[in-house]
Amino acid sequence: MHDTQVLERRLAVPSVSRVEGEGRLEVVVRGDEIVEAHLSIFEVPRFFERLVVGRDADEVIDIVARICGICPVAYQLTVAIAFEHLCEVTLDPEVRRLRRLLYWGEWLQSHALHIHLLHAPDFLGYPDALAMARDHRSIVERGLRLKHAGVAILELLGGRSVHPVSVRVGGFSHVPTVAALRALRPELEQALREAQETVDWLATLSFPGFQLEPRLLALSGLDGYGIDDGVIVSSDGLRLSPDAWEDVFVERQVPWSTALQATDRDGRRHLLGPSARIVLGGDQLHPLAADALGRVGGAERIRLERFRSILARAVEMVHACAEALELIDAYQRPDAPRVPWTPRAGRAAWSTEAPRGLLFHRYDVDDAGRVVAATIVPPTSQNQAAIEDDLRAFLPSVLSLPDREATDRLEALIRCYDPCISCATHFLEVDVQRLPMAETPG
Amino acid sequence: MAGHASLPIVDVTPPLTAPPLSVGVVKLASCDGCQLALLGLGPLLLDLGTHFRIIEFGEASSDRSDGPYDLLLVEGSVSTDEQAHHLRSLRERSGLLVTIGACATSGGIQALRGWARDAVAPSVYPEPTWVDALPTVTPVADHVRVDAELRGCPIDGGQLVELLTALRVGRRPQLPDEAVCAACKRVGTVCVVVAHGEPCLGPLTRTGCGAICPAWGRGCYACFGPREDANVAGLAAGLAGRGLDDATLARRLSLFTAWSAPFRAAIDARGGPPGFPTTSADATHASGPRATDVPTPGA
Repeated sequence: MHDTQVLERRLAVPSVSRVEGEGRLEVVVRGDEIVEAHLSIFEVPRFFERLVVGRDADEVIDIVARICGICPVAYQLTVAIAFEHLCEVTLDPEVRRLRRLLYWGEWLQSHALHIHLLHAPDFLGYPDALAMARDHRSIVERGLRLKHAGVAILELLGGRSVHPVSVRVGGFSHVPTVAALRALRPELEQALREAQETVDWLATLSFPGFQLEPRLLALSGLDGYGIDDGVIVSSDGLRLSPDAWEDVFVERQVPWSTALQATDRDGRRHLLGPSARIVLGGDQLHPLAADALGRVGGAERIRLERFRSILARAVEMVHACAEALELIDAYQRPDAPRVPWTPRAGRAAWSTEAPRGLLFHRYDVDDAGRVVAATIVPPTSQNQAAIEDDLRAFLPSVLSLPDREATDRLEALIRCYDPCISCATHFLEVDVQRLPMAETPG
Repeated sequence: MAGHASLPIVDVTPPLTAPPLSVGVVKLASCDGCQLALLGLGPLLLDLGTHFRIIEFGEASSDRSDGPYDLLLVEGSVSTDEQAHHLRSLRERSGLLVTIGACATSGGIQALRGWARDAVAPSVYPEPTWVDALPTVTPVADHVRVDAELRGCPIDGGQLVELLTALRVGRRPQLPDEAVCAACKRVGTVCVVVAHGEPCLGPLTRTGCGAICPAWGRGCYACFGPREDANVAGLAAGLAGRGLDDATLARRLSLFTAWSAPFRAAIDARGGPPGFPTTSADATHASGPRATDVPTPGA
């Protein structure tokens, strides 16, 4: 050890696969010292915060959906609720419940996709779900059925699952009949059973023991699992209204990534997503989901062990199905799909929980109700800094491995956060990061 | 912008026993939602392997390949020089190149920045000089030859299956160019313009989505883009009779297919998209049909 020549070794994943969008991992190690560990995002900029200028609230709903094809509802509902708060719009309670149902549909399809098509292949040693299906066809098929149950909710309430069309400020453009909603029941009953089976199947996998004490942030719901309202809470005692994210957090530009990174004003990083929600809001899980969480050993190991986030995601699928069934049973068609409202000037801001974590929007609005300026903080730009901390801590355990194996493990860790890189709305391209990849040591 | 009918598709009929076609799926500037249509094929997805070998699909697989591809599906629009170079290189390695979705076929929502007269970056970034972004965002066909296109924001899964099936058996895909209105009539959706006075771009817009928006109580916002010979002037006249002014029509057109030639001309003639005013202030006060609305003939 003492006389080891100090060599510089670069580990690079030029394009992280099985994530949404384009990201790159760059690590430089000199001897045992980690010189750099960067998750750099090179998805090209699309400037959404500029594109919404001059638009009214309903147009913004349609536009920001296109930030992410995987979680458009998260963006749509955050806009709608932000403007409803600014303009003091009181929703019909049935409409609020339909909104939650729509959101559960998105969570279910997104979680089922991530678990089965993107993440499980890492645990079973396959490059993708198609290869995995050759040996485990019934498991992948079950995942596709779970995904479809979410899609069925999205299609009924929103017309289609990617970029649904019905969310409007004040409610929806259209609400389903009681009979149409009830017709979803058989598929969701099966999904509930299969989500529970998925939890039990995932519990049989072996998880890398990598542990790290995290700082967690999530929405704690007022009357149920936090998704569309409540209080932003952290693992170290923060309590914040969903419209006040900017009071505590800032976005910073970093030279190695094209996405802005969000931290608190002291530069402290936080982690969002299913694990954070399970830990901070576990007491609000549906009893069936709480039971599933108990069967996988409770929230504490999920809190510490990053690779167990897949369990948190599966527990949330159980919750999504269980609450969706209750919402369907209780549904009474509202008199009108939406309530009338009047635009006003001010600041429309809100946070909701996208499948992969807390999402914050703020719009400065003029008298005509049109956007003058906007800030959109997607989950991945909040998680990115904490992911880098985790990568740095995880690195020593893979350094003895050959490059390919080491980078595979690092990529697998990145997938634990379900990064949605397309979501990162503002990106910078930095030439200095275009280093020759995969140089031989020395 | 030529319609599908004029695009060359395949001129040989491969036997069904032929080896699977190698397929690449790549993205440029986009939301990943159209790639999701492939993952949304359900059980079909698991059986694709009989006829297609997906050798590059970064969103779904860690096995990557630089090609060559028998078929390349391209999502997203060209937003940087690097993407333009990359696209040309991909074209050289591809037999058939098919664009999937509104970004790839007409630029997508991000193409609105083509109307910006100043740099867009400073409004979003603390260090705008770090931003590598072309002043205009352009569709794939502005850079390389495109063999077929799937419209939509997002594309329709049924149209994707039709395209793949057609390519496999060597026939032309059936992708109708009729208006959304025809689809509404077929499924019995009451016209939102006639019944509710709701502005609707259905008459201009190619069907394929299943006429979702009118069925969900709102006007079409043209996410499948203009059909061939889209009569913007005619729609403007019709909507003007219902009290919809030109600026509002420009606003409606200024979404996901705004950069398509016929819509771009119509938007320019009406003062530009909201948030990106052009200098022709007089255009914003005009109303009724305008000579400049006549779409340019297909490329």
